[in-house]
Amino acid sequence: MKLVVAVVRSEKLTEVLEALFRAEVRGLTLNRVQGHGGETEHVETYRGTSVKMELSEKVRLEIGVSDHFVEPTVKAILGAARTGLVGDGKIFVLPVEKVYRIRTGEEDQAAVTPVETPLGA
Amino acid sequence: MIAADVAWMLISTALVLLMTPALGFFYGGLVRGKNALNTLMMSVASLGFVGVAWALAGYSLAFAPGNAVLGDLSRLFLRHVGLEAQGTIPHLLFMAYQGSFAIITAALVSGAIVERMRFGAYLTFITLWSLLVYAPVAHWVWGGGWLAGLGALDFAGGTVVHINAGAAALVAAVVLGARKDYARQAILPHNVPFTLLGAGLLWFGWFGFNGGSALGANPQAVLAFTNTLLAPAATLVIWTLLDLKRSGKVTAVGAATAAVVGLVAVTPAAGFVSPLSALLLGGLSALPSYYALLWRARTRLDDSLDVVAAHGLGGTVGALLTGVFAEKAWNGSADGLLFGNPGQLAVQALAVLASIVFSAVMTVLILKAIALVMPLRATPREEGLGLDVSQHGEEAYAQAEGAILLLPEVATPGRAAVTAPALEGGAA
Repeated sequence: MKLVVAVVRSEKLTEVLEALFRAEVRGLTLNRVQGHGGETEHVETYRGTSVKMELSEKVRLEIGVSDHFVEPTVKAILGAARTGLVGDGKIFVLPVEKVYRIRTGEEDQAAVTPVETPLGA
Repeated sequence: MIAADVAWMLISTALVLLMTPALGFFYGGLVRGKNALNTLMMSVASLGFVGVAWALAGYSLAFAPGNAVLGDLSRLFLRHVGLEAQGTIPHLLFMAYQGSFAIITAALVSGAIVERMRFGAYLTFITLWSLLVYAPVAHWVWGGGWLAGLGALDFAGGTVVHINAGAAALVAAVVLGARKDYARQAILPHNVPFTLLGAGLLWFGWFGFNGGSALGANPQAVLAFTNTLLAPAATLVIWTLLDLKRSGKVTAVGAATAAVVGLVAVTPAAGFVSPLSALLLGGLSALPSYYALLWRARTRLDDSLDVVAAHGLGGTVGALLTGVFAEKAWNGSADGLLFGNPGQLAVQALAVLASIVFSAVMTVLILKAIALVMPLRATPREEGLGLDVSQHGEEAYAQAEGAILLLPEVATPGRAAVTAPALEGGAA
């Protein structure tokens, strides 16, 4: 199992989610984060006070997947989150020691395998 | 000159002026947080740009004698606009009161083009629009122009303000095109309380808009004032019932919209119809706008904040119903269809049609002309980033984290050197 951690532009989030769902990646966690990735800082001015905004708003996704799902997941994010400009974000793939599904107590591979959604559920 | 009239018109002018920032909040709450300031600024900028244009030239084009189509240039730069009486109030006060109308009318159009128009192009647009579209239509109806000659009834600007702005909004939305995310992503209001606050302040200011259009502290002002209370109340009730019937839930955005639609609809009628007719007019006006809003959202027309459904359609319904409900017993001058004068409805329809056609054609021409000189739209990247940062260099909801103070002529690289290591190894 791997944990795919991706930091992407907030305005690209909808496209990334669409791509992930198309790639049948189900089950993810996201939070809004601030970060700096070498993009040019923009300057804002409030009544004569100019500030350089070093941090920009990003979204961080965490996706636990089984090994053969790593590639489609990464491909989906690469395709959907890219604008070609500095600040598009990063994808990290991390090894995972142990996974439990809380509802059933299932472990590891079974815990990251999506449940077949019954029709109409 | 009558002191009470002067006092009431001074207050009314201030009330109408408040409506423009109120509109900014009404609109500002409906857009995404990254465009909140830009949307508010579209209203705020009108206070300045249209205000100045009005004093320099707009007032003359609208209210100087001239011919049936346009005022002449005799009042250019406020020449001959002094403290002498015009009716029962000073001429200068009349100019100021009318100026506050020009300002809000131009700002109304912004609702159709939020979240995508470059700010410089917008400023050019509203300034030209107030001179080339608003001023002529105001002249037709209130400045002794041809619609006044036909006897069209427009108490406080159903045609001049709302239909005019609605037609311009429709055209502007088409010329600019839809937002890049429109109909692709859910675009939700970021602050519904702002929208309710704006609607409340609009209603408050509208007492000056309609009540002040009697141009004095007189019985007709009382009628217009009371109808401004009653008609939107009825719209709110009907809108609520429609919401209940449709989804079982009464929405806050719906309530704010209903109040504005009712206010728009009663604007042309305020001083001409009985209070009971105003209730009826307000209730009826809910129906077309309610269903137009639902229908519009399923089309490709990105009239983002529904200026056409609320102001264009609400104003049209109000203007036509003025021709139905007008009652000489209350206004002393004209009857409508229900009181034995069907011709009035025809005159009203002609006024509506004329202002729609004129406003639509002129708005296309103005926008196309501006587009020859500068781009109208922000780039897709600026649109994605949000217009607050890209157009104004400010954020509505700024986070102080990561903001580094730029001190004049102090060695900024030194400061950056202090900060940079702390950021190294950051996640992205």
